[in-house]
Amino acid sequence: MGSNMAENHPVGFQWVMEARLRGAKVMHVDPRFTRTSAMSDKYVPIRAGTDIAFLGGIVRYIIENERWFDEYVKRYTNAPVIVDERFRDTEDLDGLFSGFDEDKRIYDTSTWHYAGMPEQETAGERSKGGTKGEQSGHGAQSGGLTHGEPPEEDETLQHERCVFQILKRHFSRYTPELVAEICGCTPEQFLEVAETMCDNSGRERTGSVVYSVGWTQHSVGVQYIRTAAIIQLLLGNIGRPGGGIMALRGHASIQGSTDMATLYNILPGYLPMPHGEEVSSLQEYLESHGSSTGRWAKFPTFSISQLRAFYGANATRENDFCFDLLPRINGDHSTYQSALDMLEGNVKGFFLFGENPAVGSANSKLQRLALASLEWLVVRDFVEIESASFWYDAPEIETGELKPDEVATEIFFLPAATHVEKDGSFTNTQRLLQWHWKAVEPPEDCRSDLGFTYHLGRKIRAKLKDSTDPIDRGILALDWAYATSGEHEEPSAAEVLREINGVGSEGKALSKYEELADDGSTSCGCWIYCGAFKEEQNQPARKTPHWEQGAVPSEWGWAWPANERILYNRASADPEGNPWSERKKYVWWDAEKKQWTGLDFPDFTPDKPPDYRPPDDAAGDEAIAGDHPFVLQNDGRGWLFASVGLMDGPLPTHYEPHESPFDNLLYGQRSNPCRQLHAHDHNRYNPAKDDAYPFVVTTYRLTEHHTAGGMSRTLAYLSELQPEFFIEVSPELAEERQLEHGAWATVITARTAIEARVMVTERMVPIVVQGRRLHQVGVPYHWGRKGLTTGDSGNDLTSIALDPNVHIQEVKAATCDVRPGRRPRGPKLLELVASYPGYEEESGDAPR
Amino acid sequence: MRHGDGQTTYGLQIQPRVGFFTDTSVCIGCKACEVACKEWNLVPEDGLVWSGNSYDNTGELSANTWRHVAFIEQQVDDGFRWLMSSDVCKHCTHAGCLDVCPTGAITRTEFGTVVIQDDVCNGCGYCVTACPFGVISKREIGGDGGMHKCTLCYDRLEDGLEPACAKACPTKSIQFGPLDELLERAHGRLEDLRESGVDDARLYGADENDGVGGMGSVFLLLDEPEVYGLPPDPVDPTRNLGAIWAAAAAAAVVLAAGVAFAFAGETDG
Repeated sequence: MGSNMAENHPVGFQWVMEARLRGAKVMHVDPRFTRTSAMSDKYVPIRAGTDIAFLGGIVRYIIENERWFDEYVKRYTNAPVIVDERFRDTEDLDGLFSGFDEDKRIYDTSTWHYAGMPEQETAGERSKGGTKGEQSGHGAQSGGLTHGEPPEEDETLQHERCVFQILKRHFSRYTPELVAEICGCTPEQFLEVAETMCDNSGRERTGSVVYSVGWTQHSVGVQYIRTAAIIQLLLGNIGRPGGGIMALRGHASIQGSTDMATLYNILPGYLPMPHGEEVSSLQEYLESHGSSTGRWAKFPTFSISQLRAFYGANATRENDFCFDLLPRINGDHSTYQSALDMLEGNVKGFFLFGENPAVGSANSKLQRLALASLEWLVVRDFVEIESASFWYDAPEIETGELKPDEVATEIFFLPAATHVEKDGSFTNTQRLLQWHWKAVEPPEDCRSDLGFTYHLGRKIRAKLKDSTDPIDRGILALDWAYATSGEHEEPSAAEVLREINGVGSEGKALSKYEELADDGSTSCGCWIYCGAFKEEQNQPARKTPHWEQGAVPSEWGWAWPANERILYNRASADPEGNPWSERKKYVWWDAEKKQWTGLDFPDFTPDKPPDYRPPDDAAGDEAIAGDHPFVLQNDGRGWLFASVGLMDGPLPTHYEPHESPFDNLLYGQRSNPCRQLHAHDHNRYNPAKDDAYPFVVTTYRLTEHHTAGGMSRTLAYLSELQPEFFIEVSPELAEERQLEHGAWATVITARTAIEARVMVTERMVPIVVQGRRLHQVGVPYHWGRKGLTTGDSGNDLTSIALDPNVHIQEVKAATCDVRPGRRPRGPKLLELVASYPGYEEESGDAPR
Repeated sequence: MRHGDGQTTYGLQIQPRVGFFTDTSVCIGCKACEVACKEWNLVPEDGLVWSGNSYDNTGELSANTWRHVAFIEQQVDDGFRWLMSSDVCKHCTHAGCLDVCPTGAITRTEFGTVVIQDDVCNGCGYCVTACPFGVISKREIGGDGGMHKCTLCYDRLEDGLEPACAKACPTKSIQFGPLDELLERAHGRLEDLRESGVDDARLYGADENDGVGGMGSVFLLLDEPEVYGLPPDPVDPTRNLGAIWAAAAAAAVVLAAGVAFAFAGETDG
């Protein structure tokens, strides 16, 4: 669900095809019939933006039909834990959880805690000042647990405030009939999926869930994935072979870029970025973000080793390891907030590495106007992409909104080396680091990102070298020495990997993160990557083919953490440590040798017996019992109920997309109450349920093109395979709106109108939602003004309405209108859009 | 071991006959085969034209397209389906193109495959009409003027590599190997599909008694060949050449006899 794996991950999809050949049943639930649907045993069409209703229906089905994996749920999840008596569910408050602040639109999460916990500062309060979500990006969530066991539990799962009963009540109304009403499928289609999932559960069988940005890119996207996590925990499908939730990343090494902190609010390894107003000392930072129990109890060792990697010998115990030099955040600096800040003139300069927001980001028109408000812009890419050329060829030039001689942005376009022109590693979906070697030298002025960044830093440091200004200390104190080679003085990528891996006091590469210390004797750039350079070997460079290895190919590349191929794999054994079944044997307890063993590296303390129970004063890993596999959690359990860590609720709830043609059938609360809205002249929203926008629109990618097109629209062999921007509509919608196959159509939202060729296809299935026939319009978003194949950009239609946890844009479900024919030219385009309803201020018009 | 027609001429250099088995039931329509083929063989881009014909903007095999993925959107009894299939030169056992080539540009290699030699081809186009599958055409791009088609990556075969399309195929829809092995695999896969209830599954090109003597590119299809744009009963147009010449000879004899008879009459008169 939420993934078009065959089209967007065709190489990975080979394993789905292989599993299918071996008898696996593949089901695809999606608004569109795609190449993935064509390869599946079962396809179920649903309305874009309703997956939580569908998944919530499965949760209810599992509970009502007693299909959960009882032993797994009772021992490995927090199902028995009793929750604070002040907690109120969405069922009690018509779509809100307890603790909601209507004015600030944030939750005080203290009532979501486990019962019997000490009072503590809450996520809601930590977000005061209107900033939202900064604490959610990182891993450590203490929840205030003082030792590994929650204070109150009911192993029978009968207590009315235990997680299991709360879950049961929460989803009790998500019946097959209601799922059908909301999602637009039939109850029978829903039931077939639910039954198949339940059939692939238990000791002998597992099932897995695959998602991609079809789940994340919603105003309640994080909770989509939470719902899948609840299903997989109930069915016992986490930590076991053939189970899991697979988050397919959008392109090569996106996982790696997240691990290494692309996001503004995390440091490498999901350590929190310190907040200027909240953290004044290292001590305070370590205390407020650490956890006393579970693996995150080692947070001080991760953090201090990282500071040592950043600042080298300059980081000493006496100066708090240069913690005061670490940059601080003081609010929301996410990509969309940054674009809005640019429009206000609050951002002077901007670096774009391998990203094309003028085509690829939500509301790309606003993105272009934002870039045009900068003083300077550095674009590093293979070709001159739209984000570098907007000043003379953006659609806004045509409408008169931008004039080339008035755009003051100074643009530096610097050509980048491709992956075959440099050494480095990819970290992909499965957390696997794989090394690649330079095959040819980059041509002419093309340089690697690593080389560019290193030399930029080197040059800045040279310019500042005599500076005594305190503001420059952070740059001058950095450990910036790397060996270089060749004509262009290319730094060694392997040396960087070794630095990320970390070194000990004797200067030797560390082999596991357990070796990290909090006294400054070790350095490590990213704790989860510790071991990638074990024994001074570039572990990701190992390429032993799978046919020369056992069932788990541990010698192909290297997976974080600790080269484990399945996380939480203690769950592949029963509470006593024996495999659940011979068929699903993976990691187990060897009672004779008194250690965990198996096909993979155990993701568990190697010698902790299954019957280990933590003493009351236990801390860290010792606070986790021998039958609690989820070692990153403070209680070692899989969280059906997330008492901390989320902005918008401890349980997922079906909310309508921000722009939806329908009411929420379940609650008075229509959409995610915490969703981040940025109403603006250039970010007008379609009013909900407005007849002017009767259709649902969803954006997507095609196999033949790469994201915003910079790597494909410029290549003849790819461009000829999908040479023009088109939209996809059903024959029925075509009839209704007089759209002619192959002719032009104009798609309109409150942001703008775009034109595309019309593909009339039975792959687009009209569905019946709440008694109304609904049409969905498909918009591939690859096109722009540059390259061999050009066209309007699909993302010109989409708005900036964000998930509160991770600030991701809702582009997979919105509303639109469609007309036959081409869009108006010049200022007439603006007139057309202005004739459509929209609101640019958060006022009475804005729905809850 | 089965060998191509060239068995007698290659002597000790003869190799097992190789080919493709294209299992369309696992084709995901990614077109990696089309791109890999063009990249490896330097086949030119031939037009940025949106067809509106499902996701097929390639259209057909030609001098500038040696792999073509067809997309067929179909309403069938139990709902809607989307068939995808990667087409290619069949490297026929009895190859009409080779038989009619007047310059000897088209040859059968030691692998039993059929290859056009660029530097010998004079662009006469006889092979175009002799191919029952419409695989070959003339390349007009860049003033080339020659006829082109799939070489089954002859250069790669000589280096012990598999063809670029098969190498790039992520789902093993395109499989390369000795034809004997591929045929065995194809029959096995057909059996599996039939057993699982896919009654319309069939092999195409696997019958050595067909009109081209069996193909070096064998396909597993899920519907009639026509649905995929393949001729249901392809015939090598030179197959009946012997009979045609015999008939022509007989006609000539009759004609000559008639003429002789007429002249004889005249003499008599």
